Amino acid sequence: MAVLIDKHTKLIVQGLTGREGTFHAKQCAAYGTNVVGGVTPGKGGTVHEGWPIFNTVAEAVEQTGANATLIFVPPAAAAEAVMEAADAGLGVAVCITEGIPTLDMMRAYTFMRGKKTRLVGPNCPGVITAGQAKAGIIPGHICSPGRVGIVSKSGTLTYEAIHQLTGLGLGQTTCIGIGGDPLIGTTFIDALTLFAADPATEAVVMIGEIGGSAEEEAAEFITRGFKKPVVGFIAGQTAPPGRRMGHAGAIIAGGKGTAAEKMKALSSAGVAVVKSPADMGRAMVEALGH
Amino acid sequence: MKIHEHQAKAILARHGVAVPRGEVAFTAQEAAEVARKLGGGTVVVKAQIHAGGRGKGGGIKVVKGADEAERAASAMLGTKLVTYQTGPAGQVVSRVLVEEGLKMTKELYLGVVIDRSRGCAVMMASSEGGVEIEKVAAETPHLIKKVHIDPATGLHAFQARELAFGIGLEPALVSKAAKLMMAIYNAFVATDASLVEINPLVTTESGDVLALDAKMNFDDNALFRHPEIRELRDLSEEDPLEIEASKYSLNYIRLDGNIGCMVNGAGLAMSTMDIIKLAGGEPANFLDVGGGASAEQIRNAFKILMSDANVKAVLINIFGGILRCDILAEGVIDAVKELHVNVPIVVRMEGTNVEKGKQMLIDSGLKFATADTMGEAAEKVVALAGTR
Repeated sequence: MAVLIDKHTKLIVQGLTGREGTFHAKQCAAYGTNVVGGVTPGKGGTVHEGWPIFNTVAEAVEQTGANATLIFVPPAAAAEAVMEAADAGLGVAVCITEGIPTLDMMRAYTFMRGKKTRLVGPNCPGVITAGQAKAGIIPGHICSPGRVGIVSKSGTLTYEAIHQLTGLGLGQTTCIGIGGDPLIGTTFIDALTLFAADPATEAVVMIGEIGGSAEEEAAEFITRGFKKPVVGFIAGQTAPPGRRMGHAGAIIAGGKGTAAEKMKALSSAGVAVVKSPADMGRAMVEALGH
Repeated sequence: MKIHEHQAKAILARHGVAVPRGEVAFTAQEAAEVARKLGGGTVVVKAQIHAGGRGKGGGIKVVKGADEAERAASAMLGTKLVTYQTGPAGQVVSRVLVEEGLKMTKELYLGVVIDRSRGCAVMMASSEGGVEIEKVAAETPHLIKKVHIDPATGLHAFQARELAFGIGLEPALVSKAAKLMMAIYNAFVATDASLVEINPLVTTESGDVLALDAKMNFDDNALFRHPEIRELRDLSEEDPLEIEASKYSLNYIRLDGNIGCMVNGAGLAMSTMDIIKLAGGEPANFLDVGGGASAEQIRNAFKILMSDANVKAVLINIFGGILRCDILAEGVIDAVKELHVNVPIVVRMEGTNVEKGKQMLIDSGLKFATADTMGEAAEKVVALAGTR
């Protein structure tokens, strides 16, 4: 078992014919993911690296039976791509694109309300289910099938967590990069909800960062009855206020969104919060030992 | 991106927001000229810097006539203004806004931001204007009224009225205030703003509702479709090294410590700062070279990093996913040779082609300290920087 994607997933790639799209579509396929085609408006009917290309997502879904999409569309058109995926009724849409205007995402967010598509991202490394499938850019070779789910706002910090869990023999179920933008599809709470229902996931590593209040909201959710052990880390404990730390959403504004507040909220919810990112794996060993 | 008050007011005025009459001045003489144009009566001279808290720092003066305006401007221009937002270093004032003095009856607050949890914009208004809104939010949250705005329909007139009545405006002013609020929301959307803040919004004896102050921040990701806003960028407000870094699309933020760091990914870059601090050191910067950096990009990053004279040791922490470790090693070796770097460098890398990358560092003949984990890397670099 796993969440979001597995070996039965049929994945299309929006923007497959681009440089990034091509590179990562191949990587996903090499990991064992069933990539069934791509979408690039204007290139419908052509074949790229052996994959059929369609003009629209709807057409791609109809022809290939795809149930998930991976989006590598440039920022100016990415929100449109997300909405097109939702309109075509795909179950999962993973958007890697960094730099989408917030107001574009706001419109996409409104458009998606009531639709069945679950958006992951944007500005994220995507999703990988260890040993089964990946929709994104997380390096597959550092993963190993195992017991722990990961949900994270940060890309390379997710790799760090994966690496530690693999090294300690705990492995992963599914790793979900939810992204560092102010407006994102899948939230910590959504991911925790999925992990709660997944029997294979015994515990969760949750990696947050400064900005917004998603970590505090997750803490409340955990308090209300999330039963599995959670190890938490918050990046940006030393970040200066008022500065945007790389991610569009990573900013302490008006004294709000500090790492200290988030760490306190998570600790109160019973999460094993580590101060050092080097301790995530070790803390998980302890959390699972009880 | 941030802009000055006078620029924000010009944008808002174009969208129909009432603002006091006034003009920007770059010299004391120009300030006197503006004061004369405004009729020679009471004017307000306001230092234009991006930081808030100008009033308490002495950056806002109410004066009478052109001569006094000239003196006030002369005292501000070219001097460093220190506010709680600038830090102790302060910010040099290179322009002032000269505006007509108004007879105010009320100071209110109005702001628009994105509510991340709800995925839409929220307009906030308060009867408590002219003070720090964070303080109001912490002490008297019931005095902040909010409406959430559906992006499909925009701000409704009834919502604007709800806010206007909610902050205690007399009925005669409600429709003026509502009109102003709708104009502000329109400006927010039209410019891809991330923040519009009017503090204070004032009512006057003559029965007007005006934006006495204005702050606008913009979504950097949307600047590609707003060349006119991009032009308003004031480089004198930014750190020269940060400007240089932005030319290479590097995410660099200068800090006060002496350990330079170079990392891929924003989250890992932030947590590298954190772990340096945990080990007893102080980071000199935040630097994210991005996911797909080339050897040249690494070289540029190194150049920026080493331009900070405070840097006594460097920690390179890369988790290679897209960025391969051999590419990283190549860039680092080139940069160290080219720039004659003579501070100790600790390299911690992991991920794609890590063995090849490590071998390249060893074969280079240069002295790199290596580490296998982030924790070990932090301990080593802190010891080498001699901060303990």
